[in-house]
Amino acid sequence: MIEIKKLTKQFGDFVAVNDLSFTVKPGEVVGFLGPNGAGKSTTMKMLTGFLSASSGSILINGLNIENDALTIKQGLGYLPEGAPAYGDMTVLQFLSFIADIRGLSGRKKQTRLARVIKNVELASVLDKSIENLSKGFKRRVGLAQAIIHDPKVLILDEPTDGLDPNQKHHVRELIKNLAKDKIVIISTHILEEVTAVCNRALIINNGSKIFDGTPEQLQAKSPYHHAVTIELTQAVDNSTELASLINVSSVVEDKNKVTVLAASGQNIFTSVYDKVQELGWKFDAIYSEKGRLDDIFRELTTSSDTSNSADA
Amino acid sequence: MSKAVMNQFSMISILTKREFMSFFATPIAYVFIAIFLIMSGIMTFNLGLLYERGQADLLPFFNFHPWLYLFLVPAFAMRSWSEERRSGSIELLMTLPITALQAMAAKFISAWLVLGLALAFTFPLWLTINFLGQPDNGVIFAAYIGSWLMAGAFLAIGICMSALSKSQVVAFILSISISFLFVLSGTEAVINSFKGVLPTMAIDVIASLSFIQHFDSIAKGVIALNDVGYFILVIISWLTAGLVIIEDKKAS
Repeated sequence: MIEIKKLTKQFGDFVAVNDLSFTVKPGEVVGFLGPNGAGKSTTMKMLTGFLSASSGSILINGLNIENDALTIKQGLGYLPEGAPAYGDMTVLQFLSFIADIRGLSGRKKQTRLARVIKNVELASVLDKSIENLSKGFKRRVGLAQAIIHDPKVLILDEPTDGLDPNQKHHVRELIKNLAKDKIVIISTHILEEVTAVCNRALIINNGSKIFDGTPEQLQAKSPYHHAVTIELTQAVDNSTELASLINVSSVVEDKNKVTVLAASGQNIFTSVYDKVQELGWKFDAIYSEKGRLDDIFRELTTSSDTSNSADA
Repeated sequence: MSKAVMNQFSMISILTKREFMSFFATPIAYVFIAIFLIMSGIMTFNLGLLYERGQADLLPFFNFHPWLYLFLVPAFAMRSWSEERRSGSIELLMTLPITALQAMAAKFISAWLVLGLALAFTFPLWLTINFLGQPDNGVIFAAYIGSWLMAGAFLAIGICMSALSKSQVVAFILSISISFLFVLSGTEAVINSFKGVLPTMAIDVIASLSFIQHFDSIAKGVIALNDVGYFILVIISWLTAGLVIIEDKKAS
């Protein structure tokens, strides 16, 4: 359990994190979102004890990071931004060093090492120096380092940055499989990641929390939530007919694509489908949308940009 | 020993091992040792005239050590914290279940061991002088200990300055300047220039800060508590200062 209360971090006049409070329970995989410079990394640095807060408190499993940093750090796995490591070591030397520091030894160390190397797929580069690895491999070494001791709390700062789509998928599967009774906090600016791995989304901007809820709730904020898009075979001129349906807020036309927006989260698929049939339109595809996260993200983070710009 | 103390030592030894291996994974240790051996050879034979003096001791060898360390040790130490900062690995290190004190101790011990190794590789010189005459081996042994202690003092200054900046060049220049003051304060030139200006007591204090003065008295074969204590105090003071710097501004 992580309890963050009124957390604030100032660098001189600049307020990086502003009065942030939230609680994370075991089993939760929190997607920590926000534009660059929103305060995600700073918050994570405070959670892991690397930075101390200007004010406010952080309790992890009942212990305060200010007083019990060492005990907290033992149960914590952390992938810092950019996945720093000791470049002159080989992957195996580095992981073995981390395992030693984490108090693993003998058979237990060997099994944990073998398991983590398999999970993160590092077998092919074990004897290479870390500085000679590609960005994707470096990131995976960082991830391996963070999970080697099977921590209860896992904090990952942009774990999939620099990975190709296959590796991204792999890392997401890995995180999903880990996360049964753990606390996982992942910072990212890739929105699809939140729906793919997280069961909670937390958006911050200018150091303040602006959204906290499930990914579904986030999608529900989008005007495209439950919108129905019809890809027509040929353009039609009577698309306004659809606007008269019940629970339809508006109709957007883009070339041969007609999108019908639903009013207040209502499911309108059936009625739109029936109407299209009735109008006799020819179409290639018709589908319901879950919500466009990019739009809602932009709307949330830019609207509070203007309201907070005075004190930034 | 209590479990907490055991844990302290095992953490320091794990970290020390890593640091030590890293000196040899990169050319740093090899370059340092090679340059140290070449330079001390040149100084001993060409400047110190070991043969020509016709005395069975190693004074020409040890006399140059303060000047040798003045340039070589800051270059060797400048990487220790600067590189951690520059590469960002300090964030990894400081979020592992270790304390800054353990990390600092490991950095010092590992580097000090490499300096000791360089010193140990000069043993052919010791053998040679024994072959040529009958030196006082006790004196030579004391001088080796003194030299290693003095190297540790230079090293502590270097590590502290390295904690200040992520630029190795800045760390190098700072530590060479401060080390220079510590070397210089015992030379005739400095003592003479202060004579008449400062009271004798102040001059004594300045002179007593000198690396050379304390090293010379150990190199004469007297491992006195005050000289050994002086170097240990210098080492602990600079490492403590470095520790304060690291804890205060580890993220900047």
